[in-house]
Amino acid sequence: MERDKLLEEMYRVVYEGDIEQAAQVAERGLAAGLDPLDCLNLGFMPALERVGEEFGKGEKFLPELVAAGEAMQRALAVVQPHLAAARRDRLTLGRVLLGTVEGDIHEIGKRIVGSLLIAAGFEVVDLGVDVSAATFLDRARELRPSIVGLSALLTTTMVRQKEVIDLFRQAGVRVQIMVGGAPVTASWAEEIGADGYAEDGGSAVVLARKLAGGTGS
Amino acid sequence: MSGPLPARRPLRRLRPRLALSILGPDGVKSIHEAALEVLGRAGVRFPSARALGILADSGCAVDWERQVARIPPDLAMAAISRAPRRFTLGARDPEDNLDLDGEHCYLSTDGCGIQVYDLQTGSPRRSTGEDVYHSALVADYLDSIAFYWGPTVSAQDVAPAVRPLRELEAAFLGTSKHVQPETIISAQVAEWCVEMALAEVGSVEELRRRPIFSVMQCALDPLGQDGGSLEASLVAAAHGVPTGFMPMPMSCATAPATLAGNLVVATVDALAPLILIQLAHPGAPVFFAAAPTVMDLVTGGYTGGSPEDYLLGGAFNEVCRYYGLPLSMGAMATGAKLPDWQAALDNALSTIMPLLTGTAMLTGAGLLNGSKIFSYQQLIMDCEIHSVAARVSEGIQVDAETLAVDLICRIGPGGNYLSDPHTLRHLRDIWRPRVIDRSPYDAWERSGRRGAFQAATDLARSILEQHRPRPVEAAVRREWDRILAAAARQ
Repeated sequence: MERDKLLEEMYRVVYEGDIEQAAQVAERGLAAGLDPLDCLNLGFMPALERVGEEFGKGEKFLPELVAAGEAMQRALAVVQPHLAAARRDRLTLGRVLLGTVEGDIHEIGKRIVGSLLIAAGFEVVDLGVDVSAATFLDRARELRPSIVGLSALLTTTMVRQKEVIDLFRQAGVRVQIMVGGAPVTASWAEEIGADGYAEDGGSAVVLARKLAGGTGS
Repeated sequence: MSGPLPARRPLRRLRPRLALSILGPDGVKSIHEAALEVLGRAGVRFPSARALGILADSGCAVDWERQVARIPPDLAMAAISRAPRRFTLGARDPEDNLDLDGEHCYLSTDGCGIQVYDLQTGSPRRSTGEDVYHSALVADYLDSIAFYWGPTVSAQDVAPAVRPLRELEAAFLGTSKHVQPETIISAQVAEWCVEMALAEVGSVEELRRRPIFSVMQCALDPLGQDGGSLEASLVAAAHGVPTGFMPMPMSCATAPATLAGNLVVATVDALAPLILIQLAHPGAPVFFAAAPTVMDLVTGGYTGGSPEDYLLGGAFNEVCRYYGLPLSMGAMATGAKLPDWQAALDNALSTIMPLLTGTAMLTGAGLLNGSKIFSYQQLIMDCEIHSVAARVSEGIQVDAETLAVDLICRIGPGGNYLSDPHTLRHLRDIWRPRVIDRSPYDAWERSGRRGAFQAATDLARSILEQHRPRPVEAAVRREWDRILAAAARQ
C-alpha cells in the first residue's frame, strides 16, 4: 500500500539519519493525503525513539543520534504548519534556549547538547556563541522557553553564567537555568544559583527532562 | 613522614635515538598537499581585522564578512620557509634555557586544570593562585620537567581581567624554568606579559635572546582561530617571544572521522596562524602544536587516551618534521579520574609515541580527568612514565665496548659479571626508578603496603616543604606590582 510505503520511508529517513531526504519524504506524505499527525506518530517519531533506545543500549552512537535528530527537525519543519496549534504544543517536551556566554566562541559542546535534546523530543532554539546576558533575557522574554542552557568553555568566561542568572532573577523572569561546559562543576552551578548542571550531553537530557517537569528517566 | 630532599638536578635534556614512522614519506606528502589544498580552497577563519588585513595585503583572498582568508599555496610555502628551524626557549635561570634544535625533547606540565586533589585531604577542590605557585615549585624541582606549561591550574580566586598576569607571576616565582602560558588571549594582556618579562631580563635585546616565556594558543578547529589569541601572538612575535598554536581536532566532531582527515585539519590549523605570523614578522619563532584526538562516541566528550590518539600524536610529528619546525605535542592528559591503571596506560602510550617520532616539546604531566584535576602524585608519576619512555627512546648502543666480546670470553661459561670493572663502568647507564615500587613482598607489607602513590605523596610534601626556587629580585617584584596594579585599573 502507498500509505504503508510512505510511513516506512518516513521511519527510514529518521532511523538512518538521512537529513537530505527528510523534508522531501515529509512533503510526499502530505501530498499523498496522509494525516500530518499520523506522519509524526506512525512514521518519524517511532524511528527517533528506536534510535534513542539503541543509543541507550550502546548499539548506536552519538553522531547517529545527532543525524536522526536533524532529520527529525527537517521533517517537523514541513509537517508542523499543517497541525492545529493545540496539537503542536503537545509534540515537544518543552522549549530550550541554548547559547554560549559572552566572550566565549566555543560551539561544539553546546551543539551536541542541542542535538541530543532535539533527539529526546525538546524544541531547541540555539542562540549561537558569544551571547550577552541581555540577549539571553530578551530572547527568553520573546520565546518563553521552559529551560535556558548556558555553555562556557573557559574559566575566564564561566563567570558570565552568573551574570546571566543574576540578570534573569533581577528581571523576575521565571525559567529553569542549566549550565555546562568543561570548567563548570556541580559546586559552581550551586554557587551561582543555577537550577541544574550536567557534565555531558546524555546527562543534560536527563536534567532537562527533570527541569521540564518530566520523569527524568 | 617526609625525609630530607635530595638536591635539585639539572633538567633532563633528552635526545631520542629510536625513530618510528607511521605515515611514511608518501603519507606525509599526501597530508601536506591536502592541507595546502584546504588552505587555498576553503580557507581559514581569522576573526581579527588586523590579521585579515595582513593576509589581504599579502595576497590572500579575504571574505571580510565571513572573516575567512584563502591562502594560496605559493604564499603559504614562502611564509613557512621563513620560520626559523631552531630557536631558544629562555628561562629566568639561563642554565634552564631550552634549545629547540630538532634533536632534543622537553617535557612540561599540563594546563589549565580547574581543580586540585588537595595533598592533605585527598579530595578535589577549586584551584587558586596559590596552587599555581605550588605546582610551579614542584615542576621546578623535578628534573623530568623542562618547562612550566599552563598554568597547570587556573587561579580562580583572581579576577578574570588580571588572572593571566597573576598566573604568570606565580609561575615565575615558583620556577626558574621556561614558562609557556596558554592564557594570553588578547593583545593587551600580551603587552603586559612582555613588560613583566622585560622587568626580569632587563632589555628588549635580552628578551629576544632569552624569551623567558612563550605563548601557546588554542586553535578553533576546524579551520578557525581565535581573534584575541591571534592578536596576542602578533604582539609576542614582535618582541621575539615564541608563539605556537595548538589545534585539537576531534574526529567525528571537529574533524573527519577518518584519522588522515583529522591530520589534514590539524595541519591546516597549525599552519594558518604560523603563516600569518611569518607574513607580519618574518623569521619570528613559531612552533607547531597539536593534540589531535577522537570524540567519545557515547558522551561526545574528550577521550583522554585511545589508540587513535596515540597514532595521531605520532603521525602529526612526522608531518611537522616534513616542515622542519619544532612541535609541541599534547600527551598524557588521561581521562582517568584517579592516578590508576587507566592513567598509567594512557600516559605511557601517549608519551612514547611522540618521543619515537621526534617531538620537541611534550605537554603535559600532572592532570587527570581530561586535563581538569591537578594531582601532585600524578605529576610525579607522570615524570616516572616519561623517564621510562625516555630511556626506551634512547635505544641500544652497539660498539666494541658495549658488545664486550673480550669480557664475555674472559668470564666464560658459568661465571658472573657482578663485580667486573666493565659492570662498574656501565651500571649507571641502567635506568633506576624514583617512585616505582620494586621492594620484596614482605618489605612492602612491613611498609604498610607503600607503593608508587605513597612514595609520590611523600616526595611532593618534601618538595613543597623544603625546595625553594631561584628568587626573583625585589626590584623586579616591585615592577610587577606596578604592572599588575595598572592592569587592574583598566
